Amino acid sequence: MSTTLKVPRPRGRRPAESREPDVERGILSLHDRRRRPVRAGQVASHVFLMVGLVVVGLGPLLWLGKAAISTTQDTIQQPFALWPSGIDWANLEQAWVEVEVGKYFFNTIALAAGQWVIGLIVATTGAYVLSILRPAYARVLEAAVLATLFVPSVVLLVPLFITVARPAFGPSLLNTFLGVWLPTAANAFNIIVVKRFFDSLPREVFEAARTDGAGPVRMFVSLVLPMSKPIVGVVSVFIIIASLKDYLWPKLVLPDPAVQPLGVRLPNIQSQTELDVTLAALAISTIIPVVLFLLFQRVFLRGAGLGGAVKG
Amino acid sequence: MTALDERRASPQRPRPRPAAVPAPRRRDRSLRGWVRRGGLVTLLFAAPMIFVFTVYSWWPILQSLWMSFQKTNLITYQFVGLDNFVNVLTDPVLGRAVVNTLYFALLALIFGFPLPIFMAVLMSEVKRLKGFYSALAYLPVVVPPVVAILLWQFFYKASPTGVFNTVLGWVGIPPQPWIQDAVQAMPSLVLEATWAGAGGSIIIYLAALLSVPPELYDAAEVDGASIWHKIWHVTLPQLRGVIFIMLILQVIATAQVFLEPFLFTGGGPNNSTVTVLLLIYRYAFENSLGGKYGEATALSVMLALFLAAASFLYFKATQKWSTD
Repeated sequence: MSTTLKVPRPRGRRPAESREPDVERGILSLHDRRRRPVRAGQVASHVFLMVGLVVVGLGPLLWLGKAAISTTQDTIQQPFALWPSGIDWANLEQAWVEVEVGKYFFNTIALAAGQWVIGLIVATTGAYVLSILRPAYARVLEAAVLATLFVPSVVLLVPLFITVARPAFGPSLLNTFLGVWLPTAANAFNIIVVKRFFDSLPREVFEAARTDGAGPVRMFVSLVLPMSKPIVGVVSVFIIIASLKDYLWPKLVLPDPAVQPLGVRLPNIQSQTELDVTLAALAISTIIPVVLFLLFQRVFLRGAGLGGAVKG
Repeated sequence: MTALDERRASPQRPRPRPAAVPAPRRRDRSLRGWVRRGGLVTLLFAAPMIFVFTVYSWWPILQSLWMSFQKTNLITYQFVGLDNFVNVLTDPVLGRAVVNTLYFALLALIFGFPLPIFMAVLMSEVKRLKGFYSALAYLPVVVPPVVAILLWQFFYKASPTGVFNTVLGWVGIPPQPWIQDAVQAMPSLVLEATWAGAGGSIIIYLAALLSVPPELYDAAEVDGASIWHKIWHVTLPQLRGVIFIMLILQVIATAQVFLEPFLFTGGGPNNSTVTVLLLIYRYAFENSLGGKYGEATALSVMLALFLAAASFLYFKATQKWSTD
């Protein structure tokens, strides 16, 4: 789903919604809502959504949280019982220290942080050139970047691996974080999302700044970046979540366990460790993305829901 | 502004323009002039993008076209014509992989395609707790796929005390073998993939539902439409653009399915979950005799041609339907 292109559109609860229901009406009209069967249907929908989404969306994670501090015996024999033989806090410590989840956890963060910084630099400077500076070669560049959207990442798997492992110049990037950071920064989707946002910024501001003698650098740092906080937030979420969810590429580029992120390590941990410790490790690796999601929920949902549409 | 004013004034008082404006200095075409006009700074701004796209996008793309005709161990390269393609096309596992991938795509359409539309329509009509429901629905999407798959692998344990088998036991259904059985393995994979992906689709449909003009519902009501009529004749037709886009995106995504079969079953049991991408991976990275990089690339190129066609359709569709 990563190729969905989105058009930024402000979303969120509007205060007018409650006062003037006619403005924000959906399928049901005010009249519909007053009818008794519809009201019953509304209640039924709430029950269905609440129960269904809690069980399906939250359930597996809650279960994982429970299992992370249960003994292996309990988890295997009575998967739904709440700690029949007590809470086993030692799982977490064992996972963190003995299985070295702590080390891999740090790798995960370093990998995501670098990918975030490099990805943002490429996306914002690239979009700045394509949207605002627009040199003579901007059209060619834009076409070259856009075209890569049509090339699925699958095709690149082997040749990209070779490019990273045996580059034409410079040292091999195998087992270095750069081997993950640089290829993932070549993301046309992020550049286009940022470019669309830049396209919507008022041109007069840039004209005025130019007249006042601001150079391209000054304009970028003190005008464009401060104005584009919303889109930088959305793209940050895209990049960081993509980094935390990635598996195959870091697995190929980082064969040395010492530099592997937690996600890549998990299948090995699973095959070498006891079940309760494995589940504790799974729970630990879920923490960062879930906490990020809870903190920046609105940015996540805005990014995810911005339409699934490209304006050509 | 000034140019416009001048033009407006000109009919009455035609002014010889070249005389009024001092002759523009000749544009300095030298390198120094280019630098002074900001050309170099612009190029420096473009440099990160140009670098990563050239080295990590365009170069590998060209290399893949070239490599699909080579036999290589990464040190020596030898031109072998269409041998790689012939080897891939005559590999008995390929047919299996293609059928499995199509089967995965079909099951994903059945399990996973209508559900988010239904959920989104329902969620858009309840007025309270919408944000809470959206967050719950989206939660599985942020869970790293590796974690989700290893967790579900445990849920799918075939013993009677396995998590899902326990639930089935509550309603009197005997324990199922899930991913250990050649017939049940693929549907089990799709079930997990649907759980992991539905939230994202729900959020997209929810956003699309916001853009259905309310007047259409008003008009439908004037014509005496019931709730079902409104859904069938207004909501769904208004969503058809997004639905088509999501369909293509899902086809693109399922054609590249890899992680589920790789981690759940490793392609087994009995090759019943080998997919095209898993086969590519096996050619390149899981071969004891040294990587069959040429074969892997040849198959990648063939898959890519199919996907590029789908992406092109997607692009055209988004251009056509995003006129709201």
